[in-house]
Amino acid sequence: MNLALLALLPFLGAVLPPLLIRSGRNTCALATGTVTALALSLLLVHAPAIFRGEVVRASFSWLPQAGLEASFFLDGFGFFFAFLILAIGLLIIAYARFYLSREDPMGRFYSFLLLFQGAMVGIVVSDNVLLLVIFWELTSLSSFLLIGYWRHLPEGRQGARMALVVTGMGGLALLAGLLLMAEVAGSYELTTILERGEAIRGSPLYLPILLLVLLGAFTKSTQFPFHFWLPHAMAAPTPVSAYLHSATMVKAGLFLMGRLWPVLAGTEAWFLIVSGTGLLTVLIAAWIAIFKDDLKALLAFSTVSHLGLVTMLLGLGTGTAALAAVFHILNHATFKAALFMTAGIVDHETHTRDARRLGGLVHLMPVTGTLAILAALSMAGIPPLNGFLSKELMLEEALHTTWWETGRLFPILAVAAAACSVAYSFRYIVHVFLGPPREDYPHHPHDPPAGMWLPVAILVAAVVVIGILAEPVAGPLVRVAAGALTAGAAPETPLKLWHGVTPALVASAIALLGGLVLLAAFAPLVRLREAFWRPEAKRMFDAAIEAIARAARSASAAIHDERLQRMVAWALVAILAVGLVTGWGAIAPGERPGLAPAPLGLLLWAAAIAAALAVAAFHHERLVALIVTSVVGLIVSLTFVWFSAPDLALTQLSVEIVTTVLLLLALNYLPPGSPRESAPVRRGRDVAIAALAGLGVTVLLYAILTSDFALPTISAYHLAESKPGGGGTNVVNVILVDFRGYDTLGEIIVLGIAALAIFAVLDSTFRGAAVERLRTWSHAPEAADRHPMMLVVATRVMLPLALMVGVYIFLRGHNQPGGGFIAGLVVGVALIVQYMASGWAWARARTRVDYHALIGFGVLVATATGVGSWLFDRPFLTSSYGYLHLPLVGEVELATAMLFDLGVFSTVVGVVMLVLANMARVAARAEPQQGVPTAMDSVPTPSPRAAEPAAADTRAVQEV
Amino acid sequence: MELLVASGVGVLTAVGVYLCLRGRTFPVVLGLSFLSYAVNLFLFATGRLVVGRPPIIDPAAPGYTDPLPQALVLTAIVISFGMTALVVVLALRGFLEAGSDHVDGREPGAEGRR
Repeated sequence: MNLALLALLPFLGAVLPPLLIRSGRNTCALATGTVTALALSLLLVHAPAIFRGEVVRASFSWLPQAGLEASFFLDGFGFFFAFLILAIGLLIIAYARFYLSREDPMGRFYSFLLLFQGAMVGIVVSDNVLLLVIFWELTSLSSFLLIGYWRHLPEGRQGARMALVVTGMGGLALLAGLLLMAEVAGSYELTTILERGEAIRGSPLYLPILLLVLLGAFTKSTQFPFHFWLPHAMAAPTPVSAYLHSATMVKAGLFLMGRLWPVLAGTEAWFLIVSGTGLLTVLIAAWIAIFKDDLKALLAFSTVSHLGLVTMLLGLGTGTAALAAVFHILNHATFKAALFMTAGIVDHETHTRDARRLGGLVHLMPVTGTLAILAALSMAGIPPLNGFLSKELMLEEALHTTWWETGRLFPILAVAAAACSVAYSFRYIVHVFLGPPREDYPHHPHDPPAGMWLPVAILVAAVVVIGILAEPVAGPLVRVAAGALTAGAAPETPLKLWHGVTPALVASAIALLGGLVLLAAFAPLVRLREAFWRPEAKRMFDAAIEAIARAARSASAAIHDERLQRMVAWALVAILAVGLVTGWGAIAPGERPGLAPAPLGLLLWAAAIAAALAVAAFHHERLVALIVTSVVGLIVSLTFVWFSAPDLALTQLSVEIVTTVLLLLALNYLPPGSPRESAPVRRGRDVAIAALAGLGVTVLLYAILTSDFALPTISAYHLAESKPGGGGTNVVNVILVDFRGYDTLGEIIVLGIAALAIFAVLDSTFRGAAVERLRTWSHAPEAADRHPMMLVVATRVMLPLALMVGVYIFLRGHNQPGGGFIAGLVVGVALIVQYMASGWAWARARTRVDYHALIGFGVLVATATGVGSWLFDRPFLTSSYGYLHLPLVGEVELATAMLFDLGVFSTVVGVVMLVLANMARVAARAEPQQGVPTAMDSVPTPSPRAAEPAAADTRAVQEV
Repeated sequence: MELLVASGVGVLTAVGVYLCLRGRTFPVVLGLSFLSYAVNLFLFATGRLVVGRPPIIDPAAPGYTDPLPQALVLTAIVISFGMTALVVVLALRGFLEAGSDHVDGREPGAEGRR
């Protein structure tokens, strides 16, 4: 529990700074510091157990079915990292309070910083590897936010993006690698994976796992060739650079390599890749660092170089090297965070970070200068500071390393790298702080307030104390961390400042001399370097991103060429291909006895086929095609009648009528025919695709129809429970309004949304280009009588009858074929006929119902019915029922399900009417407004509410 | 009968697919109608073909057909009406706005406005 809280605390605390910033900057910083201090004390509670060599665990079931748990563990190595993260975090928070100016939004800064801190602690205490990857990505994201903190700076935004792209890509690779590893190890728990190192190293997947994991680690820890993003991330505020980009986040890659060291290390591949990459990074980055004039860029490259050093040590795969790596992580975190902070102070005070414009600062800011010089000496590896100790350990290891069958190459390169390190460290000292004070600083510097240099002083004190009293101060911590890292393979030797005159000391001295020589020859070296072409990472990166984007654009343009027919054809071909591959051989007719073909059935079949083919052949004649299509619809509903589905037949029939009316109305304003424009080749291709699709469906359906159910169906339950449970004998209706009422509720909502969308599309037709087209629409020859009297009389007489039928179908629906859907469609048809016969204006003037409201009412009633069951402590949409005897109609069941069906009914009526009435309204717009009303009409006396829109419409028509 | 139903649904599918590949909006709308017929019949038929046994509870009934696909298809029919309505309205509006009822929103060969 405690352990999970450790990772969660910073996340929870992240809401505090933005809230507290109103109470002032000090309160805000104090709150942030308190959160971190609390997390640190939570961590230190575990210290005694950790130093006894125990492992602390906490675990929460997440998806136990999938064997997934949110599990955390803390051992020496995790403790070591968590301690660094939280302790340095505390110093950074104090420093940032004074570093950020009044204009910077401090609440946001601290909030992001705590998010990062939580993610980072999460990485080092995760047991589940998926959890680890999530925290890993969170560090990338929070680092993105922090690098881009100064949103107005383009460098900040670009740097943030670059860091996110590189580390995000690595994160994906890491995820893939860890998933493979978990697959091989058979567990997602790190603690289990760590015990299965033998199996993983022996697996054929070892190399892919190694490469993927290392890709993640190298991108995060900026190893060559991914080293380029870190210098660009320096656009971040200096506290961020000090915290994320030297002390913690970039060490996540090292942490990962260390964490998985017992699993992955010790093979030839690990040694060559990891130590090789590390050494290459050390050399390249150290060389570049010498020539960087921007102090933060110099420190950034030196950071890259030191990360390379630790990578190299981990790559060697020996226990001693691992101990040196852990020790160097600690030392580097102390001196490099201090150096970044001093660079920030210099920038803050002189308003420049350019080494060429600085010098002599130690005279003007003695405190900062002294601290910076001490930290830089440690970076150079000068005794008795802590950087010296770990560098000695490193050189000692390098001297024993054989590489490419020679024992010389590795030590020489290592010493060369150390010499470069001396050179840039001394450049930082000499070119910035030593020498005579200058007169031309952009801003006259002096020491900052104590709040700013105190965190630096604390770190530098650590640098000195660890250097002199290495064993009592840092020994136990480093050993317990290295012991956990190597699973016990690290040596127990105490850390010592003085080992006597060893080969490592000699190498160190050579490196020191070499470095001083390099610095002395600085000016000629710069000229020499200027003479050669150098790759520019940012330009290459931008070009690569641009190339990828271009490739993606052209690939999608090739598929998505804005020709709908081609795209649909491709999609169909793809579906057919998938169907063919998966279905080939798997689909075969079964043994189920079939029904004997009936003559009438054969006739209907022939009629349907003929009608369908006729539509395909003569679709250019749209009216004919539409009418023949409705014939097919009729045959479909007859099919439902035939095969015991009266409800479906009724629904299909009424839907068919509504759809045909709708399409007729639409056809009024579309061209009456389609041009014959498809080339024979395209037609042939389409026929082939269509024939294949039809054939596939036929085979599949035939196979289904001739096979028995593979699994027992749940239909028996529905049949048995329909009457006793749902109170109705029409099982289909009971399923709709009771068993699967929730689905139906969703469906009427979808229907309502579709109707509203249609309304929105049609309603705005009366503006813009469409109006012009409607007005100039050339009509087909008009019928002499637009509203024939026979039709008008018939429809008006029929209306009450049709409504009665609708009500009847609705009432009996629970027991006999019928119900809300069908009744709604029937009533809709009855009403729409009025529009067709007597015209839109006539019908509209007599309509007192707002169809939008009707849809809303329907959905609300259905929902309220469901919610109503909560009042009786039953789950949503539980129904109950009783019976009522009505004269003439017979026994009527009064169930809550009927109320639900009323909602369905209202929605369907509303949808049908909203759609058709608006379609008719478009028609009315295009109608020539002449003496349309016939002799049949009395003057309507509409309610004022209904009259108003009608009047408005008339006005609009006149304006048009 | 099984073969008749299966082949009938196949033909409806084929006609639907063919019409959906046409270049003008109205045939495409008809094609979608055909596909709706085919899909609804297909789903319905997964309950197997049974004659004269509607799922209406009756003590005298010799048995019942599978009610579940019927309930599914009933709402599917209504929803496909909603879909057809939306598509046809979009087609109409597109034609009124663009002056062409080609599915690409412009006459083939015509450049310019997309």
